[in-house]
Amino acid sequence: MSHWPYILAAYAITVAGAAGLTLHGWWAMRKAEADAEAIRRK
Amino acid sequence: MHAFANPTRFLSIARPLTPWLLGLAVALIGYGFYAGLLITPPDYLQGESVRIMYVHVPAAWLGMGGWMGIAIASLTQLVWRHPLAGVAARAIAVPGAYFTAICLISGSIWGSRTWGTWWQWDGRMTSMLVLLFLYFGYIALSNASDEKTSVSRATAIFGLVGAVNVPIINRSVVWWNSLHQGPSITVKGSTISAEILWPLAFTTLGFSLLFAAIVLMRMRAVLASAKVEARLRRLAAA
Repeated sequence: MSHWPYILAAYAITVAGAAGLTLHGWWAMRKAEADAEAIRRK
Repeated sequence: MHAFANPTRFLSIARPLTPWLLGLAVALIGYGFYAGLLITPPDYLQGESVRIMYVHVPAAWLGMGGWMGIAIASLTQLVWRHPLAGVAARAIAVPGAYFTAICLISGSIWGSRTWGTWWQWDGRMTSMLVLLFLYFGYIALSNASDEKTSVSRATAIFGLVGAVNVPIINRSVVWWNSLHQGPSITVKGSTISAEILWPLAFTTLGFSLLFAAIVLMRMRAVLASAKVEARLRRLAAA
């Protein structure tokens, strides 16, 4: 039996989760810093 | 250490560092994946499934390293009351749990092809699962507090005591008769063939930099949110 579908599944789960975690962190940081900047100018 | 106790000083370093860490991480992981999937030969025993090692090993390292980061931050908070220690510990918990889960999932996939089983209640796998539950407990405890720029004393003690599990994970394959192979990479060298091993350096370094970038972004988000809350409180009081 080919191992490749299992290998690709392991890589896909890792990449999808890491990308999601990174994008969420980036978005949360940008939003929080934009809010802080906006309230500083008030 | 206290030189970095000032959040403003921390941010002056973290802001330019974040995109560099992200860029380097993507380049290293990309090349490590390319080499691990397309350049290196299959293992003579495991066949192609050895390629899962390039995601499994960095995930294991970051799962355990993440908890050591929480333990160090907890100690720093308890002993020196460093103002960023609680922020750092909170920021580490979610990516640490994620990489621990990836270690378990990728190991299970590898085990299904190599051992013929997805799971065994042996020392290494069980202690790694305990680490994942410790992360869940830590995240729940730290979220129970309204104070977002710190963690409670109980949470910090939990982070410190939970570190006992890390050497147990590390030595589990030596102490108990485990389905998991013994230590393959030690300070004395590696039992893995060099022609298979080398992409692991790229993926391990790449994922470590990605982990650092994620932690910095999460810390920056917490600090900015705290600034907003403090400002709103001042405006409400005025």
